Order: sequence, then C-alpha cells, then structure tokens
Amino acid sequence: MVDAAGKTTGAGKYADDFSLPGMLIGKILHSPYPHAVIKSIDTSRARALEGVAAVVTGEDAPNQYGILPVGHDETALAVGKVRYVGDNVACVAAVTEEIANQALELIEVEYEPLPAYFNPEESMKAERDLIHENRPNNIEKDYHHVFRDPEKGFADADYIAEARYIANEVTHAAMEPHCTLAAFEIDPHTGKQGRLTVWSSTQVPYYLQHKLSLVLELPMSQIRVIKPLVGGGFGGKSEIIPLEIIAAVTARAAKAPVKITYTREEVFWVHRGRPRTIIDLKTGVKNDGRITSVACKVIQDGGAYCSYGIVTILYSGALLGALYDIPNIRYDGFRVLTNKPACGAMRGHGTVNVRFAFESQMDEIAAEIGVDSAVMRQANLLKPPTVTVNGLRVLSYGLPECIDQVLTRSQWSERKGKLARGRGLGMACSHYVSGAANSIIRSDMPHSTVNIKIDRDGGVVVYTGASEIGQGSDTMTAQVVAEVLGCSLARVKVIAADTDLTPIDLGSYSSRVTFMAGNAALRAAEDVKKNIVSAAAKRMNCTAEEVVVCDDRVWKRGADSSPIMEPVSVAASGHVDGQILRGSVLQTRKQEVVTDHMSFEEAVVAAIDVHGGLTGTGSYAPPAEARGGKHKGGGVGPSPAYSYSAQVAEVSVDEETGVVTVHKIWAAHDCGRALNPVAVEGQVIGSVWMGLGQALQEEMVWKDGLLMNAGLLEYRSPSSVESPEIECIIVESIDPEGPFGAKEAGEGSLAATIPAISNAIYDAVGIRLREAPFTPERVLAALRAKRGAKKIEMTEGVDPTQPTSFREHGGSLWYRGKGPDRHANDPSRQGSAAGGGQ
Amino acid sequence: MKKELIELRVNGRTHELAVHPNSLLLDVLRGELNLTGSKKGCDDSSCGACTVQVDGVPMLACTMLAASYQNCDITTVEGISDGGGLGALQKAYGDFGGSQCGYCTPGFMMTVRGLLMRSPDPSDEEIREALSSNLCRCTGYSQMYEAIRAVIKAEQSSPKPELAGARE
Repeated sequence: MVDAAGKTTGAGKYADDFSLPGMLIGKILHSPYPHAVIKSIDTSRARALEGVAAVVTGEDAPNQYGILPVGHDETALAVGKVRYVGDNVACVAAVTEEIANQALELIEVEYEPLPAYFNPEESMKAERDLIHENRPNNIEKDYHHVFRDPEKGFADADYIAEARYIANEVTHAAMEPHCTLAAFEIDPHTGKQGRLTVWSSTQVPYYLQHKLSLVLELPMSQIRVIKPLVGGGFGGKSEIIPLEIIAAVTARAAKAPVKITYTREEVFWVHRGRPRTIIDLKTGVKNDGRITSVACKVIQDGGAYCSYGIVTILYSGALLGALYDIPNIRYDGFRVLTNKPACGAMRGHGTVNVRFAFESQMDEIAAEIGVDSAVMRQANLLKPPTVTVNGLRVLSYGLPECIDQVLTRSQWSERKGKLARGRGLGMACSHYVSGAANSIIRSDMPHSTVNIKIDRDGGVVVYTGASEIGQGSDTMTAQVVAEVLGCSLARVKVIAADTDLTPIDLGSYSSRVTFMAGNAALRAAEDVKKNIVSAAAKRMNCTAEEVVVCDDRVWKRGADSSPIMEPVSVAASGHVDGQILRGSVLQTRKQEVVTDHMSFEEAVVAAIDVHGGLTGTGSYAPPAEARGGKHKGGGVGPSPAYSYSAQVAEVSVDEETGVVTVHKIWAAHDCGRALNPVAVEGQVIGSVWMGLGQALQEEMVWKDGLLMNAGLLEYRSPSSVESPEIECIIVESIDPEGPFGAKEAGEGSLAATIPAISNAIYDAVGIRLREAPFTPERVLAALRAKRGAKKIEMTEGVDPTQPTSFREHGGSLWYRGKGPDRHANDPSRQGSAAGGGQ
Repeated sequence: MKKELIELRVNGRTHELAVHPNSLLLDVLRGELNLTGSKKGCDDSSCGACTVQVDGVPMLACTMLAASYQNCDITTVEGISDGGGLGALQKAYGDFGGSQCGYCTPGFMMTVRGLLMRSPDPSDEEIREALSSNLCRCTGYSQMYEAIRAVIKAEQSSPKPELAGARE
C-alpha cells in the first residue's frame, strides 16, 4: 500500500491529529428525550462562563439539509423539536474541552415530551405526533414494485416457502470517532470572514462541500474540504454527519477555528448504520429447485431522519435481482421513521438483511424438496450477458466459479450433513454493485474525474477526488496510472480528496472507487501517455504505434532493448538525467541523434518541450445501458458491474450453552481482475468478518429509544480470539468495462456470511434461526422450541425461528427510576394513554 | 484545579510538563507533546488504539493519569521506528495488509512489540491472545497474523536479534 508507512509509524494525520493556532474545542449538547418539543433554550449562563467563545443553537443555522435531495429533513442543531435520544440541541466552543463540558451543563433547555415511536410496525399506524409533519404515518417512503407476473409464478410453483425474518440493528463502529476541524479565513478585500476550510473524517468530501454551502449560504467555491486519513468508514462517514455542519456553524459564530471530535458514545448515537429490518419473504420453486417467483415485503426501522433511507429501501428490493435468475418479483418496501438515531448506509447497503432472509429461505426450500443447497443455487444461475427482470445489466458473472471453488475447498460433498453432532456446514451467496450507475444528485456529470501532471523530473502527480478510507483507493489509483504509463510506482504521487486541488468525485461509497475512479485514472493516464508517446516517436523516428513504454523506459518496438532493460531505480535515473532542469540545451543536443530508446524522464522532457506542459484528464460516467429501468425508484440498484461471492461456513453449536463457534469460512469473491490481491483479500476477509459480527454478536440494544450498549466493549465487535480463519479465494471474471477488468471487492462478501452461518447452524443442530444475531439466548430458545419445551423468558419469549415483531430489550433503565417508578415522562408509560408509543 | 509540574520520559527524552492532576496520559501525549500517533478510539480502554509501552509493558494510555507515570520509560509508536526507517514489524504490517485504515495500527504495533519482547517465538495461540486487547474493524485480523509470522521468521533467520526496531 502506498500509504502504509504513515499508518504504521503514527506519522499519518487523521482529522483529530490536526490543530490550529487559537483553535477552540466544540462540544455538543444532546437531547435526553426521544421525542420532545423544545420550549426554550437559555444559553446565557453558558455564554458567561470564562473561556467560552460561542454557544450556538438551531436558530443560528436553520437551513435544512440531508444527503439525499429528496430527504432534506435535518438541521445542524434542532429547530423546534428533538427526535431521538442524542439529537443535537446546542454546541459550545471553548478554549478547553473541560470548559466546554462545564458550559454544556449550564445550558438550560425546557422540553415538552411527546409520545415516541420505537417499533416501526406501530409507528406506521401513527396519525398524530408525527416525527416529521410532512411524512404521514411516519412513513418516509414506500415502494411497490411488480416485475412480470409474480402471482402466475407462484401458481406454477411446485413448492412455496413463506416466513418472516428479522435482522437487528448494527452499526459501523469504525475505529476513528468522527472529527471535524473548521476554520474561516479573513477575506483580504472585505476584511470579514471569508473562505471556510474544513478537515473532516468523511468518505464524501464533495457532498460535504455542497451541504455546507446550503447551510452556511456560502458559494461552494468559498469552501474547501480536505479529507485527511480516515480511520474507517463502512458507510458511517458516507453522508453529512451533524458534527461536520455544527463545527462550521460554531466556527463562524466563535470567529475562531473549532474542532469537534465525537466521544465513542456520540459515535453510537449518530449511528447511520444498518436498520433493524423485518422481511416477509415468499419464494416459489419447481421440484428441481428452479425459482418461479419471489415476493418480498421489507419494513426498515429507519430512525428519526431520512438519511440514505430511500436508497436503502430501494437497494433491498432491487438487489433481489442480479444474483440469480428470478423470472417474477414482487417487492413492497417501507422505510419507517422512529424516534431513534437515523439509520443510513452500511457496508452492503440495503442488501445484507434481505440476502440473509433470501439465502436462508433457499436453504430451507432445498431441504424441503430434497435438493442439495449448492445444487439449488447452481440451478438458478444467470446466463450473462443479460438484463434481469428488474432492469439490471449483468456482463461479467463469476458466481458459478465462486460456488465451485468453495465447494471444493470445503470438501462440501464429502462432509455436508456428515459431520459429528453439533457441527455443520452451510453455504450462501451474495453480490454487490461496483458503484451506483446513477448519482444521488440527478445529473449527467461524470462520476469521477482524475487529473495527471508530469513535470520535467519525471514525477507523476495524480489528482483524484476519490477518498482513501483504508480500502486502498490511493494505492489503486497509483497502480493504475503506473501501469498505463509504464513507470514505476515510486514515481507516482497521489493527491486525493481536497476540493481545492482535486477534480470532483462523488466519494467512497457503494464500492464505486476502483471501477469509476479507476477508469477515470486509466483514461487520464492514457491521455497523458498519448503526448509522451508522440514526442518519443518523433525522437525515435517511428510511428506512435511502434513506441513501447514499460519499466520506466521508452523504446522502439523491435529495437535491441537489452542494454536498456536493466532495472533502474528512480534515484539512479534521476541522477543520470539530472541535467534536465538546465533546460533544453542538452536535450536538443541529444535530439540530434536519432535513438531507439529513451529513459522515462527523457521521453517526458521531450513531450514537455513539444507540448509546453504535460497534463492529462480522464473521467468516467456509467454507460446509458447500465443505468437501469424507467420505473419509479429504478435508479437505485443499477451498476456498471456486479461482484459475486459464494461462501461456506463451518460451525459448531454447544447445545448446553447455545454458543455458536465458527471454525472456518471459505469465501470466494469475484472481483473481476484483482488489481492488488493483498488489498482484495483484505477487503474480502474484512467483509466476511464484519458479517460474522452481525451474525453472532453485534446488535444495538434499545430500551425506549435509549441505546443500552453505546460502547465498543458492550457492542461486542469480535476480537481476535472470536475471529475464525477466513480463507479468501479470488475469482477473476474479467469485466469488459472495469479498469483492467476490475470490479468491486469491498462489500459484496458481507451479505453471504450471515446466511452461511445460519444454514450451518441448521446443518449442525437442526434449528432455523430467522432472527439475527444468533446469540446464545436465541439459539437456546430455538432449541427449546424444537423440543417443544416451555419457552424461557430470556428474550421476552419470542421464538427466534418464528419471529413476529420487533421488541425492546434489556432492563428498564429509562432515565429515572425502574419499573413502576419510572418517570412520568417515560414514553413507554405514556404510550398506552397517548396511543402513540408502545 | 491547578496544574502541577511533572517529568515524563517518552521515547528516550525527558519532558517537563505542567498538567492537571487528572490529565490522562493519552491527552498529554497527543495534546502537549504532539505525539499524535497514539489514537483515541473509545475513551474507556475497550479498543487498544491508545496502547503505549510503559517500561516495556503495553498499557492503555486513555485511562492512565499522566502524573502517575513519572520515572517510567514510556514508548509510543513514534519511538519504534528503526533509525528513521521502518521497523520490521511496521514494514510487515504494510506489506501483508495488516493495516487498512490504520487507525488501530499504532496500538497494534505497541501490543505486538510488547508481545515479541517478552516472548520472541510466540505460539499462534499466544499471538491471538495478545491481539485480543486491541480492536480492528477493517482486517478481521487474518493478515496481521501473516505479518507477525513473517517478522518472527525473519528475526529467527537474521543474525542479529533486533526485534521490530526495538533498541532496548
């Protein structure tokens, strides 16, 4: 990785590692209520505290924003009312964190609690005390898609399975807490506050620039967003996080740079993770396992704001297609608002929970109709190139090979169903987009643009807006450019994600960077190479087609390359060609001699002398054919290419304790051409591992809108002792449109892991777990249900093989008192009277 | 609360500092000494991103009072580079993909360094146990094992026993 040294030495700078002279620390006051009207805010005592520079509230920046143009429902700080425990009410900027915290305690806010909604199925019935007045029934958005004839498909089926699946809420928990540093410059002409510079932990610097412009009413050209190193995103930094706006608003008020860094607890509150999802799924099949029809109803517990919600609910339906050949589909999706932190995009956006349901049901059907579950998947493969029934174009399709690979490696046919009691194998498949073919903000602009500048020293500087967040974006860019230019990687310097320096790029989300920014980098490099080659051709007295550029050397095809093929280091060749800066005198002399080989620097200098400069630009926009169907909501799901994954998990289940142990996961991933196999393996293993966390132990536990496990220890992200061996198998279906045939690698594998584990649990002990995560409580409850034993009231008596509804967990710690002594404002106490809450 | 003067010995240099009695070591390292390599990931010693070595022992700087660690030898990630170059462990983490976003990496460097200092040839089980004090959200830990194994192998075949740039 080109940026590894900065990370392993601690020299690399993340947002919180920056500080500026006179910088203040910002702290945010959060709402203690899940749903309440703000009657008044008195900040006078906080303002009076020595060391406090500014206190801002919602009135200071009331313009609404949101990541989606159709979902502008957030304000920097609450205006009028709060909508979840943790909603942002006020912000203090002070000289130290300690003083800022003291000042927060001096802010007096008078709230009037409203009935709150925590269960999406209840929330959908709401008629008053709506979370957003313009969203009737608290439904953010619902979609109803019918492709071909699902009813006929079910009529043709030999067997139909129908069940409800529930996947509980998980969050990104990236290691770096969000941080933003905002500073205004003084405008030299007016002498007033001028340009704004923001350093922020973001996956989407250009969207941030856009939304800052909306809220602050500044032209975008007056805002510079710099993305330093980002300590993991997974989608949690792929939209505008409240602190990013709040820091800028506070810096404006304080007239000094302001840095806000979330505590880990605040990171959990801000959330934007994967919503709790109810999936009612019905699949019809023929006796040989061919799917005839699928009907899927999805309800997502979206939290208090839209965030990416509309995209999430559309992905859930759209990506029922493009994995298998499904002739008929009905999809009903409901994105519902509740009084909890907003959910947003998380690795495998929108597809993961539905894939869990789908792949689990496939396994159930295979067992019912007596077909091996791998054979059942093989019976439903697509035949690319093709366009699916819901308008998704598939060109490269490595799924068949992925399935073959994991079956062989795991010795599936020899071992499936034959392991000792309590031990089992399960398989599942998944897929994901290589970037969305339609951008969030509807336009025909390129999704990625890359500029390249090469100077006389032979150094190649690449300017890309793509955001490195640990996934290897900068390395990929450097590799692609070096490959095209035929130069060594050490020559290439990547300058990324700085809105002043780099051309616009939509950012790092939906696994778009390799495919889109990679293609743009490839085109930019070809653009600049054209000029190098033509100048070299002139010098070597040949045609451009005869020029070969490789290994930092340029020569005429067929020339005796032996004397020049010795590998030269940049340092060595730099020494040899050190005279290039003296101007063209030496070059002119050299030019008099017709040569048939040149160094990279010589070719570069020749090109600069001819063209007066050496720059190139390339951009990428998805082709029209890949942009999907015309139906409402048809813009989400289409991608220029899809990655494919097949996995087999081997687990054992302790029937006494309910503990599930995953021993090994074989994961085959079709990423097109693996541009950097180490990075691909890292992405695939990381995805599988994150899926494992969601399958076994990660879960956001709520009680009356209060998050009960807002800490890394309590959230139980798997540590090294809980992480099994994951064998990654790279399958390379060369995509015709990807850069060198590459597709995505960072997300597609996650979704298969959860059903692979649930299917393996069935193989091990014969229980179907239809509610994730598969905690010991749920495993034991299911084992007891299977035996017909009395339910234990551990998880409020719900049988995880037959989940019916969402429920709250844990004790009654709602903020004052327990049980009957609960505070009168406790919404769960008010619920029955008001008819709103639960 | 009044500040008091303390002396902290960090990466072989002694610094005289005025800190509050309740200042955390991590905040002093990052804020006062500008050693921002050690990271804050969780505030409550759950994640290990702030791991530093105190007299060779990996400890979590986010829950240690700076004033309590005078007269100790504190090593941060900034202090482990091999003469200005990458230590073997740092190189291996980069080469094998042990570091993705890199936010947890300084903590892992210090944890693994501590492990290899007390046990130059640890078993797989020992490595796994040692790493469990630190959380990583990117890698699933697999590629870290490869990196650590490679370092151990290189150490065993190299003539001079110098661990991961350690210069004790």
